[in-house]
Amino acid sequence: MALKGTIEVDQMHCKGCSLCVEACPQNVIALDMEHLTPKGYHPAMLIAEGCTGCVICAVVCPDAAITVYREKRKKK
Amino acid sequence: MIEMEVVYSRPESFTPTTTHYCPGCTHGTAHRLVAEVLDEMGIREKTIGVAPVGCSVFAYDYFNHDFVEAAHGRAPAMATGIKRVRPNNTVYTYQGDGDLASIGMAEIVHAAIRGENITVIFINNAIYGMTGGQMAPTTLPGMRTTSSPNGRDVEVMGYPVRMSEMLSTIDGTSYSVRRSLHNPANIRKSKKAIRRAFEVQERGMGFAMVELLSSCPTNLKFTPSEALNFIEEQMVPYYPLGDYKVAPEVKALKV
Ligand SMILES: Cc1ncc(C[n+]2csc(CCOP(=O)(O)OP(=O)(O)O)c2C)c(N)n1
Ligand code: SF4
Ligand code: SF4
Ligand code: SF4
Ligand SMILES: [Mg+2]
Repeated sequence: MALKGTIEVDQMHCKGCSLCVEACPQNVIALDMEHLTPKGYHPAMLIAEGCTGCVICAVVCPDAAITVYREKRKKK
Repeated sequence: MIEMEVVYSRPESFTPTTTHYCPGCTHGTAHRLVAEVLDEMGIREKTIGVAPVGCSVFAYDYFNHDFVEAAHGRAPAMATGIKRVRPNNTVYTYQGDGDLASIGMAEIVHAAIRGENITVIFINNAIYGMTGGQMAPTTLPGMRTTSSPNGRDVEVMGYPVRMSEMLSTIDGTSYSVRRSLHNPANIRKSKKAIRRAFEVQERGMGFAMVELLSSCPTNLKFTPSEALNFIEEQMVPYYPLGDYKVAPEVKALKV
């Protein structure tokens, strides 16, 4: 099974550009249309289970707003 | 309990300052790659950046290392002076296409001719972003800008300049490559090239430039994602990605 991951989006840095939304291979990110960041953008957020911690969203984010966490691999 | 570990976080070479770049502008991506490379090489504290005039004029606020601000196009001259006086520091310029390929053309060409031991990050977004979307030397044929409202007519306005190819013809150039920031695979390749361009300097191997095809969604009147498509579909065919000059000693570098 794919490793489980999760992301945290920094509300000061995210500008709601959607590039992470479009790049996420698992389609688990969307803009949060219910909230605005202090800067006035709709921030990105995880909307479903299934994040693998693949880091692709962080690779495309122009504002280094995303921290990615991944389940620790078991030592063999 | 599942144990989680951080696999990506904001680079240490950034300050906490939020950038003034438009949403989705890949100036931010290019900054991030430079910051990641400085982190990975452990050279942040001895690095000195030279900021241009253009949208990246405030780069000095965003990087957590020393920075100076050059007059328009003069970053390579400032970097030359700094590097010659402080050879143990890592010195790089970060320049747009108006800055580097228009008003600063003589500066960059002569820095390469002299084989200055500096690293140059060149952001080609085919436009003057900061001043409101005027035609740049890199604007594509037929491309509409505020100063070429009917499209760039090459008969009247001349042809776009390909800097990586041009600088590759100069003996003093050790590394001259073009990469693009339009998708994850190309962003990763861009980072590798930036790493190599800094390694070249660390080993005293001379002049290194990485040209990055970049987006300007605001002036090209695209969404951030459409602006990336424009890079892929319109810019890459005119500005082919690749290695234009990699000196043999640079090729031998294990990065
Ligand atoms: C001596 C001088 N001439 C002209 C200008 C006006 N000016 C400011 S930025 C710029 C061009 C910026 O374009 P580019 O270097 O491509 O940077 P971008 O904003 O696209 O990243 C110009 C012409 C200036 N500031 N100083
Ligand atoms: S790519 Fe970054 S700035 Fe853009 S929406 Fe995603 S987290 Fe926000
Ligand atoms: S880490 Fe990968 S799977 Fe998880 S949100 Fe980011 S892009 Fe999607
Ligand atoms: S004007 Fe263009 S280049 Fe400048 S910050 Fe906005 S999108 Fe980026
Ligand atoms: Mg430009």
